[in-house]
Amino acid sequence: MILELKHVYKDYLRGKEPVPVLQDICLSVEEGEYLAIMGPSGSGKTTLMNLIGCLDVPTSGEYLLDGKAVGELNDNALAELRNHYIGFVFQNFYLLPKMSAVDNVALPLLYAGVSQKERRERAIAALEAVGLGERINFLPNQLSGGQCQRVAIARAMVGNPKLLLADEPTGALDTASGNQIMEIFQQLSDQGMTIIMITHEPSIAACAGQTLHILDGQLLTGAENQEDCHEA
Amino acid sequence: MENIRLACQGIWGHKMRSFLTMLGIIIGIASIITIVSTIQGTNEQIKENLIGAGSNVVTVQLYDGEWPADFSYNPVPPQVRPIDDIMHQVLESLDGVDQVAFYTQRSWPDGVYVGSTSFSGTLYGIDDAFLNVESYRVLYGRCFQQSDYDNFRRVILLDKKAVNTLFPTTYPVGQVVEIKGEPFTVVGVVEQNNGFKPKISSMNDYQLYADTSSGAIFLPSVMWASVYQFDEPQNVAVKATSTDDMTLAGQNVADALTASQIISTGQPMASDDGMGMDDSNMAVPEGDTVGEEVTAPEGYSYQSEDLLKQAQQLQEMSSATNQQLIWVACISLLVGGIGVMNIMLVSVTERTSEIGLKKALGAKKRRIRRQFLTEAAVLTSLGGIVGVLLGIGLAQLISKTNGIPVAISIPAILVSVVFSILIGLLFGLLPAVKAANLNPIDALRRD
Repeated sequence: MILELKHVYKDYLRGKEPVPVLQDICLSVEEGEYLAIMGPSGSGKTTLMNLIGCLDVPTSGEYLLDGKAVGELNDNALAELRNHYIGFVFQNFYLLPKMSAVDNVALPLLYAGVSQKERRERAIAALEAVGLGERINFLPNQLSGGQCQRVAIARAMVGNPKLLLADEPTGALDTASGNQIMEIFQQLSDQGMTIIMITHEPSIAACAGQTLHILDGQLLTGAENQEDCHEA
Repeated sequence: MENIRLACQGIWGHKMRSFLTMLGIIIGIASIITIVSTIQGTNEQIKENLIGAGSNVVTVQLYDGEWPADFSYNPVPPQVRPIDDIMHQVLESLDGVDQVAFYTQRSWPDGVYVGSTSFSGTLYGIDDAFLNVESYRVLYGRCFQQSDYDNFRRVILLDKKAVNTLFPTTYPVGQVVEIKGEPFTVVGVVEQNNGFKPKISSMNDYQLYADTSSGAIFLPSVMWASVYQFDEPQNVAVKATSTDDMTLAGQNVADALTASQIISTGQPMASDDGMGMDDSNMAVPEGDTVGEEVTAPEGYSYQSEDLLKQAQQLQEMSSATNQQLIWVACISLLVGGIGVMNIMLVSVTERTSEIGLKKALGAKKRRIRRQFLTEAAVLTSLGGIVGVLLGIGLAQLISKTNGIPVAISIPAILVSVVFSILIGLLFGLLPAVKAANLNPIDALRRD
């Protein structure tokens, strides 16, 4: 069990009034699973991803990541957790525009305290793994959107995380580039990587081994993943 | 290191903005360096001009109230006792005193002629230690000898200026100068040995430093009485053990002389006192009571004409005005610092998503904070360095155009650079904390 959410609620304050965004979410993900979470905008899927990605903590309920209770951690501990366990891929890539591809990829290793030489070696290896070995010194604005997203995947994978978290990874790409990204995800999944992907495109969700639907802050289907929690 | 490199990249990426941000710091530091350099230069020149090149000599004179006593037309006052020869050793045993010499002095003396040319310089009646203490050396002829004193010989020495005014065309040694109707033979020509010439760069300097412009004539102290009055109070040339001891030595000698030589009207001093008694008298009252005596407007006292003190007073005067300028410069530094804070806040807002991403990737608060602090500090220290260079340039320019001397002080430069870094850290703190506390979710969402 890589991660487990038990009766998780998340409220946001609008003014002084709490607005429930997630209600009674129960979810458990095994190591090596490839999971897509679908839902319309406003359904709470981004909030769910923030919770899973340790960018936020639940209002109530319990979230265990690799056996650790995330809800009780402070900012710095959360940062460490993200650095070690989670690789992020965003819709808009979020590459630093003034850094070369290899420097962008090496960033998480910098925060992990890896030496400069090793950072560079591992970043180059990660870029080669996504087929960008010849463009390591390119700046993001010299790369196409698909290439940027591949740099972002390399950055997500460079620290050997336990979980790859992708938020609309193909949302800003044309179909061909999107398919390339999906191929890479498939390869990673085949290698045993746990992947959780958020999307609203059924064709993309279809690539995943399993799809969960979220609506109005509640998970609708995928009873398989909810079983343990509700039984317990 | 990584942070500094990143900071430099960031600054280089916004050249124009960074320069404008630094401008406040540059102007502030440059003005401080310029002002401090000018103060230092002026101070050093004042000190050099007044004290000379290490002669370390302080003059102790008898004062009548606030002014040096003048006996050209006044009789010697009864309450001032002549200085005994034994005082020589007593004074030389005081703290900070190396050597002392006694002399009498008359500026613009009357009745000194060579033929029909009158002498308008200064006449000195000197003891055998004087030339040594004031570091004169003999250029031509000979110095005074013990026999000159023992036999009351009518001999004189001239300095070079006196030679120029009295004997412009003839060899002076062997010539005769008439003093109060008596003939004195020139036995030698002397010159002050410290080779120091005050640097005159303005009319004020000239009035400050130009004194015995017509030269000096020296005669043995024993002969003074034959041309002027008996027992005229003597001045003391005090050679201090070091430049820093000049004030102490002068003060000690003045206090000792005041205590032993002045018969105060309130408590007349027994004239038969042994020297031992005098010793204790001069040792005890030095501290408090003499201070009052010295400043008392009525009556006589010995006071030291302390060049070091004069120099300090002049220096304080010039520093006082310039210190106000430094405050103004500090205000410009403050404004510069606020400018830096402003731009750093803009920079934080601009880079919200960068900060969010870095936090998502695992950067801790401390790292984000340090990144922005470093950037602010690099920005201001660059400004500081440019300011120092500009300040040095300005100071040189001022010294070239206005003739004001400048001395670039290394401590001032170091302090300025450190200070500008501190400004960066101080005014970068708020933006850096703001950046570090950004919520990664909000930061990533905003695009």
